[in-house]
Amino acid sequence: MSQWITICKHQELSENSGVCALFEGQQVAVFYCKRNADLYAVSNFDPIAQANVISRGIMGSVQEQAYVASPLYKQRFDLNTGICIDSPEFALKTYLVRIEADQVQLKKAG
Amino acid sequence: MTKQRIVVVGNGMVGHKFIDTLITDDSVDYDVITFSEEPRLAYDRVQLSGFFSGKTADDLALTDAGYYQEHGINFVLNDKVVELDTNNNQVVTSSGRIESYDKLVLATGSYPFVPPIPGSDQEHCHVYRTIDDLEAITASGKVSKSGVVIGGGLLGLEAANALTNLGLETHVVEFAPRLMAVQLDNGGGALLRRKIEDLGVKVHTEKATSEITTGEFCRYRMNFADGSFLETDTIIFSAGIRPQDELARQFGLEVGQRGGIVINDHCQTSAANVYAIGECALWQGKIFGLVAPGYQMAKVAASHIKGQQLSFSGADMSTKLKLLGIDVASIGEVHGNTPGAQSYTYNDEIEQVYKRLIVSADGKKLVGAVLVGDAQAYGTLLQLLLNDMTLPENPSVLILPNTGEESSAGLGIEALPDSASICSCFDVTKGDIKQAVAAGCSSMSALKESTKASTGCGGCSALTKQVLDVELANLGFEVNNNFCEHFAYSRQELTDIIRIKKISTFDQLLNTCGTGLGCEICKPAVGSILASYWNDYVLEDAHIELQDSNDLYLGNIQKDGTYSVVPRIAGGEITPDKLITLGQVANEFDLYTKITGGQRVDLFGAQLHELPAIWKKLVDAGFETGHAYGKSVRTVKSCVGSTWCRYGVDDSMALAINIENRYKGLRSPHKIKFAVSGCTRECAEAQTKDIGIIATDKGWNMYVCGNGGMRPRHGDLFASDLDQQTLQAYIDRLLMFYIRTADRLQRTSVWLENLEGGLDYLKEVVIEDKLNLAAELEQEMQVNINNYQCEWKTTLQNPEKLKRFKHFVNSDATDSHLAFELDREQRIPAKKEKIQSIKILQLTE
Ligand code: SRM
Ligand SMILES: Cc1cc2nc3c(=O)[nH]c(=O)nc-3n(C[C@H](O)[C@H](O)[C@H](O)COP(=O)(O)OP(=O)(O)OC[C@H]3O[C@@H](n4cnc5c(N)ncnc54)[C@H](O)[C@@H]3O)c2cc1C
Ligand code: SF4
Ligand code: FES
Repeated sequence: MSQWITICKHQELSENSGVCALFEGQQVAVFYCKRNADLYAVSNFDPIAQANVISRGIMGSVQEQAYVASPLYKQRFDLNTGICIDSPEFALKTYLVRIEADQVQLKKAG
Repeated sequence: MTKQRIVVVGNGMVGHKFIDTLITDDSVDYDVITFSEEPRLAYDRVQLSGFFSGKTADDLALTDAGYYQEHGINFVLNDKVVELDTNNNQVVTSSGRIESYDKLVLATGSYPFVPPIPGSDQEHCHVYRTIDDLEAITASGKVSKSGVVIGGGLLGLEAANALTNLGLETHVVEFAPRLMAVQLDNGGGALLRRKIEDLGVKVHTEKATSEITTGEFCRYRMNFADGSFLETDTIIFSAGIRPQDELARQFGLEVGQRGGIVINDHCQTSAANVYAIGECALWQGKIFGLVAPGYQMAKVAASHIKGQQLSFSGADMSTKLKLLGIDVASIGEVHGNTPGAQSYTYNDEIEQVYKRLIVSADGKKLVGAVLVGDAQAYGTLLQLLLNDMTLPENPSVLILPNTGEESSAGLGIEALPDSASICSCFDVTKGDIKQAVAAGCSSMSALKESTKASTGCGGCSALTKQVLDVELANLGFEVNNNFCEHFAYSRQELTDIIRIKKISTFDQLLNTCGTGLGCEICKPAVGSILASYWNDYVLEDAHIELQDSNDLYLGNIQKDGTYSVVPRIAGGEITPDKLITLGQVANEFDLYTKITGGQRVDLFGAQLHELPAIWKKLVDAGFETGHAYGKSVRTVKSCVGSTWCRYGVDDSMALAINIENRYKGLRSPHKIKFAVSGCTRECAEAQTKDIGIIATDKGWNMYVCGNGGMRPRHGDLFASDLDQQTLQAYIDRLLMFYIRTADRLQRTSVWLENLEGGLDYLKEVVIEDKLNLAAELEQEMQVNINNYQCEWKTTLQNPEKLKRFKHFVNSDATDSHLAFELDREQRIPAKKEKIQSIKILQLTE
């Protein structure tokens, strides 16, 4: 059973955009949507551009569904499922994320 | 009633098409069995070369076992039909299987001809026809350094492309004096050769190979009849195809003198219940080596079996394709076999374009055409030929540049001919988009799905969108200029809302007139409008989410996620000391250094965490950010002008520096570039810039809305002999008017083309002040200028902001995925794999 691991403080997150955290040796992009007070965590590696850049993408929504657009070639990835909206054969890994007493914590999904 | 038993020999493209045609119309049931000599069911041979750019056998498959089973089609793979008994209506296969038939369909295709050269049967000698062949070539490629293709026809050049993709030094050996001898004339063949040689492929014409022996430096040595030789490790034979008519020949069906199973207009052979279709069939003395005529035959044979009356009446063999990335097209008869035919030739040696029109003796009809290097006219010419249309009075306009159809000089999208290529990645023309729109595509996403336009490099997306809008408008749809699903307004409307309501953050705007979270379309655009009016610091907390990665980290993101650093070098003038600083900084951080096309220096390969340290050194040395990352003023290109140049009539250098410092940092719908030339020799190429200025003996001439880039446009002369003050006022007004009214990502060139009233209207607004806006526009520009700050300087003074420049929020580690290598003494991203293969687009139907 994996554990919740603290990665940073709440105020270290970037409002309505992302940061990258090192979590158990993996690069995880953590997004904080202030507008709907939601948190999302997905892998930082863009499988299409083959680079660790997802945390630097712009957050957006399509029909209320939150996504991040990769900064390199702008493909959109659903932040809840990790699936690429523009090319569903690609997907990001997803992680569980929460805030406990001002600490942002991550945990492996499933 | 017992079902008719149909045996199909060969399950290639055409054999499969026949079966598919038969079963899609299931009114009558047939008992069908097909035999294939290959280990798999039909696949797309036309796209065979795609195998080298990553397509798998599955991707190429045209059908699968499930589909055949579902429709009750029996199939036997890996079993060749070796005997044919037309008296007893039976075939026998190599495994000894005997099948009787009511109707027999021969769809055996063709086989590559391998000339009887001693030594041609060795392990690393191949042909190029099946997936198995390509697998064998790949295996040879792994143990070879060089490869030769024997045969410089269409398929040979495809094979050559495959060898280069495998990383081999590639040669093409051709018996004839030119490449693609069948489709091209001398001039076209010669140009194609030059272009192919420029790509590094070595071409040897008029060489007849006499034997293949063991090489001294490579695996093999090819000896030529003229005494010369060539060494290589792998050989591909592509010396033509021969119809696979072995069965017909051995078992008494009529075959042509030079091969091919003779058929009539219903595709019947000399035995009435035996049909032949595809590349094995000979109709009126002709073999058709393309798939479209084969498909036509498949339909004709299927209809005849069902008792219907389609007939085959020949096919046009015109082709247009991209060979090694080079456009080549051949239409109609090109070898001067038509009595009295005359020709027009256009040969541009600089641009490497060759076009030849062959017209009838009376000059009224098109006989044929050859296009190399630019095949845009293909569609028009083919239509002229197929429909036997009368040529225009002076047919040469059909091949002269820019006059392909209606003149397109200086006009908007509407004026582009249908043949204009909009998306070069997927070879989508304006006509294709028009068609798709007419067929119901009304949004970018629908258009992308149906035409693929704009789904490659994305560079054509603005242009594609414009064509879409124009077409929708032409069809009477109201074009929805909404930004995106979050704002039901055009950019101009949003600009007005922001300006009039003095909105200063995205949140305010969303609350005033938007929905949802925003997106990568509206956020950067709103960021840009906010910056154009208030010119706040872009990394203000409220603006951070709006910035594209480039603005967010004040650098241009590169393919591996590193950034480039471009300090401003106003007018391109730089002191030796500053040049030394750039060198020192680049050295210290091991940055790849290049002089840009904009007269400044770009340092590449900086990691996120290095950016502040790099910029600290640059700012300390007096540099400012160059805004290479922003939709903003980029560069003012200059020439040295009257200070040094013996022809200079005014100080272009000083004016260039002046202008760059005045407008630096100005955010706009798209980037803005200027240039100033000191005399009409125009060394600064000012007429290709958004604003171009050229010195005259009475002042300065101002040119506007020029563009280099994807769709070049010469600037229009806007005003002449201006003094500097008036010039500056005009620039202020024009740019602020552009910022107010342009669409997102619309350069000034496109903006002007879409501006109602055009250049005259723009002059009225800017020069005559018809809208009474001049003072307001100038004042808005002044606000911008007053609020200018070097974003890097501001950022370096703010420890909070600097925290963002780390790869990890919780660690000082760096991105371990990055890898570099050295090339020409500089550090560049490690090549992940061999450069992606050159795309080959094929004509199918
Ligand atoms: C670095 C440079 C190439 C070089 O090595 O010389 C360059 C590099 C890029 N150009 Fe450029 N362009 C560069 C000069 C040009 C020029 C030449 C000029 O300015 O005289 C042109 C044609 C002139 C023009 O703009 O009309 C040019 C026309 C483009 C275009 C096409 C624009 C158009 O309207 O058609 C794009 C694509 C775009 O902006 O949408 C583009 C886009 C780009 C991007 C931003 C592509 C990207 O998204 O990565 C490249 C950013 C590189 C970087 O990280 O710095 N670049 N680009 C040049 C930088 C000049 C500078 O000092 O700022
Ligand atoms: C690399 C390449 C690129 C091409 N590019 C183009 C292009 O751009 N445009 C275009 O129009 N055409 C192109 N062609 C040609 C096109 O592929 C052919 O015209 C088309 O495949 C012909 O179909 P077919 O069914 O007649 O023959 P094939 O597809 O060759 O099918 C014949 C099948 O029958 C099998 N067979 C033969 N004899 C027997 C037997 N006795 N028993 C059992 N099975 C047997 C063969 O093994 C083969 O599988 C290209 C071909 C190649 C190789
Ligand atoms: S032309 Fe410009 S955009 Fe294209 S690769 Fe070169 S630098 Fe990049
Ligand atoms: S030109 Fe259209 S996607 Fe590249």
